[in-house]
Amino acid sequence: MRLRDIVDAIGAQVLVGDKSLLEREITTASACDLMSDVLAFAKSGILLITGLTNSQVVRTAVIADLSGVIIVRGKQPETATVELARKMRVPLLGTSMHMFETCSELSKIGIIGTCSDTS
Amino acid sequence: MKDKIVLSQGFEIQGADFVRGGEASCQIVEALRDLAFPPEIVRRAGIASYEMEMNMVLYADHGMLSLTVTPDAIMIFADDQGQGIPDIELAMQNGYSTATQEIREMGFGAGMGLSNIKKNSDKMQITSTVGEGTKVHIVIEANGARSNS
Ligand SMILES: Nc1ncnc2c1ncn2[C@@H]1O[C@H](COP(=O)(O)OP(=O)(O)OP(=O)(O)O)[C@@H](O)[C@H]1O
Ligand SMILES: [Mg+2]
Repeated sequence: MRLRDIVDAIGAQVLVGDKSLLEREITTASACDLMSDVLAFAKSGILLITGLTNSQVVRTAVIADLSGVIIVRGKQPETATVELARKMRVPLLGTSMHMFETCSELSKIGIIGTCSDTS
Repeated sequence: MKDKIVLSQGFEIQGADFVRGGEASCQIVEALRDLAFPPEIVRRAGIASYEMEMNMVLYADHGMLSLTVTPDAIMIFADDQGQGIPDIELAMQNGYSTATQEIREMGFGAGMGLSNIKKNSDKMQITSTVGEGTKVHIVIEANGARSNS
């Protein structure tokens, strides 16, 4: 599924994402609020679901080669985070849903977790 | 020419600098990508480097993060002046962290950093003196891994 399909399906807000960034294919997601957990368990190409909004989230996405980040609970990231995401070409989405609802909605549209992803 | 240096870079790291924290490691990742290392090796080096850098931001006053690339290996060295680590064996354990609630709210303090560094490197050496600082040295073997070497 493309990022833009996810945006449409769950009504996410696009904080950073031009046409080409939203074409990225996503099959798998991981929900995490601790960056070292992301670096320990996340595979490259996944979507990160998080409640964090600082620059380190974007840098973690770059380092771990993630395909995008969705920020939950309607939190607005700092301007520096948005600018960095744009510069580093990391798609940044937002949703007013909380973590569990976000995971549940993504699961309904067929996004799987890292343990189910055997590719 | 086994010990020929392909690239050498150094970055100054400031303790508690969350605006820039992680920036050096992103630059290291970009440099390694430009050198045409395979994505898996770049990812391992990036993860190790980022954990080393963020530990300096979180727990040290200031330090240096250095990258040295030879035809055979990627070497990353973190050398900081700060509080040091009283018990390295304990610090290396998964889940051990002295992070404050404030640090955890920023997304750090899982106690996974040092084990992530170890897991992603072929060699890791860590030495520390309480009240002086900490040195972490890692090597990732990359013999012939570059697609244009
Ligand atoms: N450079 C350093 N200087 C002083 N203490 C350090 C340094 N690096 C690590 N430590 C100590 O070792 C502990 C474990 O480090 P580690 O990186 O494994 O976990 P963490 O930083 O607490 O959490 P995480 O890395 O998962 O965000 C830290 O909580 C800290 O007490
Ligand atoms: Mg750490």
